[in-house]
Amino acid sequence: MKQVTERPESSSEGRSAESAAGAGPVPAGTQTGNGRTTGPGTDPAAAGGGTAKPSLDTPPVFEIENLNVRYGDKLAVHDVSFGIEERRITALIGASGCGKSTFIRSLNRMNDLIPSATVDGSVRYHGQDLYASEVDAVLVRKRIGMVFQKPNPFPKSIYDNIAFGPRVLGMDGDMDEIVERALRRGALWDEVKDRLKTNAFGMSGGQQQRLCIARALATDPDVILMDEPASALDPISTGRIEDLMFELKERVSIVIVTHNMQQAARVSDMTAFFTVVVDEASGHRHGEVVEYDETEKVFTNPSDERTEAYVTGRVG
Amino acid sequence: MEAASDPPGGGPRPNLTRVRTPRSVGESAIKVLLFVAALISVATTVGIVVSLAAETIEFFSQVGIFEYLLGTKWTPLAGGDQKSFGVLPLISGTLYLTALGLIVAVPLGLGSAVYLAEYASPRARRVIKPVLELLAGIPTIVLGYFALTFITPVLLQGILGIEVQIFNALSAGLALGVLILPVVATLADDSLRAVPASLREGAFGLGASKPQVVLRVVFPAALSGIVAGLVLAASRAIGETVVVLVAGGASANLGIDPRESFQNMAAFIAQTARGDIAAQSVEFLTIFAVGTTLFVMTLILNAISIRFVRRFQQVYE
Ligand SMILES: Nc1ncnc2c1ncn2[C@@H]1O[C@H](COP(=O)(O)OP(=O)(O)OP(=O)(O)O)[C@@H](O)[C@H]1O
Ligand SMILES: [Mg+2]
Repeated sequence: MKQVTERPESSSEGRSAESAAGAGPVPAGTQTGNGRTTGPGTDPAAAGGGTAKPSLDTPPVFEIENLNVRYGDKLAVHDVSFGIEERRITALIGASGCGKSTFIRSLNRMNDLIPSATVDGSVRYHGQDLYASEVDAVLVRKRIGMVFQKPNPFPKSIYDNIAFGPRVLGMDGDMDEIVERALRRGALWDEVKDRLKTNAFGMSGGQQQRLCIARALATDPDVILMDEPASALDPISTGRIEDLMFELKERVSIVIVTHNMQQAARVSDMTAFFTVVVDEASGHRHGEVVEYDETEKVFTNPSDERTEAYVTGRVG
Repeated sequence: MEAASDPPGGGPRPNLTRVRTPRSVGESAIKVLLFVAALISVATTVGIVVSLAAETIEFFSQVGIFEYLLGTKWTPLAGGDQKSFGVLPLISGTLYLTALGLIVAVPLGLGSAVYLAEYASPRARRVIKPVLELLAGIPTIVLGYFALTFITPVLLQGILGIEVQIFNALSAGLALGVLILPVVATLADDSLRAVPASLREGAFGLGASKPQVVLRVVFPAALSGIVAGLVLAASRAIGETVVVLVAGGASANLGIDPRESFQNMAAFIAQTARGDIAAQSVEFLTIFAVGTTLFVMTLILNAISIRFVRRFQQVYE
């Protein structure tokens, strides 16, 4: 298992693009020690409430409290509470259908796009409730980027794909420079610098996915959410994306959903394990967070036997 | 599953020889029938083209091709030296009426398509879509008389106070617009809805607002389908007969005043074919010459649209 070194609190430049509406982050540091331990009970094995543990010395970028997400009246994610730390990679693992996508999409209000989806509880981002009535979901997504399972480049040139975000944001500055910087950060520049004007569909699947990551980076987001970003890719492309995540971690917080246990163990600092819980009274199934801890702990010495069964491959 | 567990090559040699069964005979019969159907369609097309061509050649043996193509006066049915075979007014009238129809149908059609595909609630959609399809089912003769008895006297002359002639391009153009509106709207709606949700999500995920997602991602991605729909709509308007015959009038007009009477090629053909003319006379042959011209124009339009669609085709997967 690859051990990730602690990073000093530095390099906060590069996130200078303050959102126009003043939804900028509360200065890091003021949140320290706050909202780290949330949720009912401190016993990690307690079913129901999620658990959160103080672990690393970084402030939380998200504090999630008693989050429920429903599709119509069907509960999909139940009572999730934990904090996601700044400039760490947080992995979300768990069997299919336990609500990982639903959860990650509630961190940048992508669930708003699904008419039937409703959210209650709170998601605080740098201390601000994302679901407060005055918050504009569009501004939220400008700061919290997303990369999807299937590469979804726009049917445009490579250049226009990258420039899309900065353009809709009205970012000024030399667009060529912005595009080059994003492609370099996405570790794609050398491969595509001679064909920036060609259609993005001419790229391989792995390149397309790195393009999507670069596209998300072009607007200097503070957080990148990745929902199974490598599940459609070969091991080499996957490795490149993982390397990229390590580099990005210096400046952005990353939340990644993955079905690949080795990947979660390799890349993440913190891991949240989701599972499906069947409500005995009604027979409804919903997802919950069973365990949230340092990745090493989750994989080597989990507190909950369901976590252990899952990470060791003995899923019942 | 006995055979499956046999080691490779160990089992009995399978018999793969073709045998004639009732099923295989039936399949051959179906194949022949399908071929005949295809043959009949091809033969019909060839037949039409050949007969058009024959009469058209006959026409050009009597009228000079430049006189026809470049002349600006179209009075083939007139007597004596009033007779003139310049087809330009007919062509320009056709294009002019089509343009009027498109001016009405493109904004309305694309607007309703974007509304339907991107903004309408499922309930609104369930109401609006069938209404559009109903509009597509209105017989053109009904539309023509609607233009003549409502659009012209009530809407144009009455409400808007425009001094139009009884037969006028404005009224016919509006009716043509109504006629092709459903084509534009439904095809654009289909193309917009065919744009994968993943593209929309990608754009929203980058902080784009709804109008930005629609205008910068969804609409361009659907463009080839939308253009194909526009071309189809334009060819319907170019070939439309009855609406123009009833509401547009019968003068081949080279001008651009929409209050005047205009005629298009199809309406000329219908009117002349109905009239009292001798077979094989030059008046009779004009029908075929104009028919060929219309055919060639539609063909060119289709060729352009195919090239356009190929060029801008955007593959999503
Ligand atoms: N748009 C939707 N409408 C209704 N129910 C949905 C919708 N999306 C997800 N669900 C339901 O919510 C639950 C959680 O789904 P979700 O996609 O979040 O799971 P997941 O953990 O991401 O699964 P996977 O690992 O297969 O991606 C499932 O029961 C699913 O059927
Ligand atoms: Mg998922």
